[in-house]
Amino acid sequence: MQDLGIKVLFMGSNFERLLDGLWVTIHISILSVLLSILLGILLGIVMTSKNIVVKAVTRVYLEFVRIMPQLVLLFIVYFGVTKTFGLHLNGETSALIVFTIWGTAEMGDLVRSAIISIPKHQRESGLAIGLNSSQIYRYIIIPQTLIRLIPPAINLTTRMIKTTSLIVLIGVVEVLKVGQQIIEANRYTVPNATLWIYGTIFFLYFFTCWPISLLAKFLEKKWKVN
Amino acid sequence: MEKNEKVLEIRHLSKDYGKGAILKDVSLDIHKGEVVVIIGPSGCGKSTLLRCMNGLESIQGGEILLDGNVITSGKTNWSLVRQKIGMVFQSYDLFPHLTVMDNILLGPLKVQKRDKKEVEKEALTLLKRVGLGEKTKAYPRELSGGQKQRVAIVRALIMHPEIMLFDEVTAALDPEMVREVLDVMLELARAGSTMAIVTHEMQFAEAVADRIVFIDGGEILETGTPEEFFKMPKTERARKFLDTFKF
Repeated sequence: MQDLGIKVLFMGSNFERLLDGLWVTIHISILSVLLSILLGILLGIVMTSKNIVVKAVTRVYLEFVRIMPQLVLLFIVYFGVTKTFGLHLNGETSALIVFTIWGTAEMGDLVRSAIISIPKHQRESGLAIGLNSSQIYRYIIIPQTLIRLIPPAINLTTRMIKTTSLIVLIGVVEVLKVGQQIIEANRYTVPNATLWIYGTIFFLYFFTCWPISLLAKFLEKKWKVN
Repeated sequence: MEKNEKVLEIRHLSKDYGKGAILKDVSLDIHKGEVVVIIGPSGCGKSTLLRCMNGLESIQGGEILLDGNVITSGKTNWSLVRQKIGMVFQSYDLFPHLTVMDNILLGPLKVQKRDKKEVEKEALTLLKRVGLGEKTKAYPRELSGGQKQRVAIVRALIMHPEIMLFDEVTAALDPEMVREVLDVMLELARAGSTMAIVTHEMQFAEAVADRIVFIDGGEILETGTPEEFFKMPKTERARKFLDTFKF
């Protein structure tokens, strides 16, 4: 019987390399999530506009990004744009751009629906006690929007983190790529490495996303409305 | 009490949404300490009339005066006007993310910039008066519909309005909770508050009103004391309307 492949994790600096790879994943995720939240909030507010042109443009943007597989977007930016416009974007920058474009669209739609889900009576009750428009936003609309936004926004965050695994395909060395490299390098000495490495990666993803889900549950409970 | 002092004057008010008039040439004065109950069939314009009184609806003709000043000229500081005109709505419209106390404090602290200690004390007094003294820290979701409406009344009262508007405040309540809200309103009326009430509770209207205003098709068809109106309505339409409540 072949020996267990677990030893591959502790050979050389393999485990540290995996963690370095995970850091690349997290790094790209955090940046694109933060950018998406900021831009998405702006987009969401814009999307509640009654202007038909604004509505149409934002709608087309949202649908386009949603219909496109993220991988195709990555290829368009990394291979297409760089070639066509002679720009030299590395894989990480391309990934950041694509995930921000995608995240902003999704986040914008979440913000939009959170804002419009607040009944108009809330606004009128605010008016009736003499609040002005900006006070109504500050004390009534925004707090309630944030509360409604937390569960879907965190869901989106974990989806984005998971989807970063696609950037292997544009040559970014993140956790999955490091794993593949380790497996390749030990193909003959540790044939069982595949299970152990991918298994480890599974847990790395899990322990990255799980705390975020727990946070979502906690916040949801704490700020439960209605 | 000076009963002749006009708090609110509505002169030849008209309102339409583009397709047909909602209110046609409505004139109505509400005097200090008076309780005016506005009744009429669904869709007759009575709620719209009430909403016009504190600027939640735009008007197309006529004018409204508060304490003798026109408030519908387009230069109105509505924030200031609405502090003087309290309103309670049909839907439970408390702010769900704030406690009962914070719901009540929002207006006095942010709009009127009053002292927090003083307002909290007054809030507690008012809450006790409506039987909710122990609910200051509760969230709206923990309250029944009737309790929410009583808090909403306190939230309007604490602004020290000159007149209170009640827009079908019991229409969305379960029957067993209607009474507790109406009792609060009856007490306010007896304490001399100036009120305009839109309601479908006819017995309550009869008990609380100084004057009944009957609206149908966007027009005031009849005004009179509760005795006159309920015993001997002058118009055929009022008679028909009242008949719909009999079995």
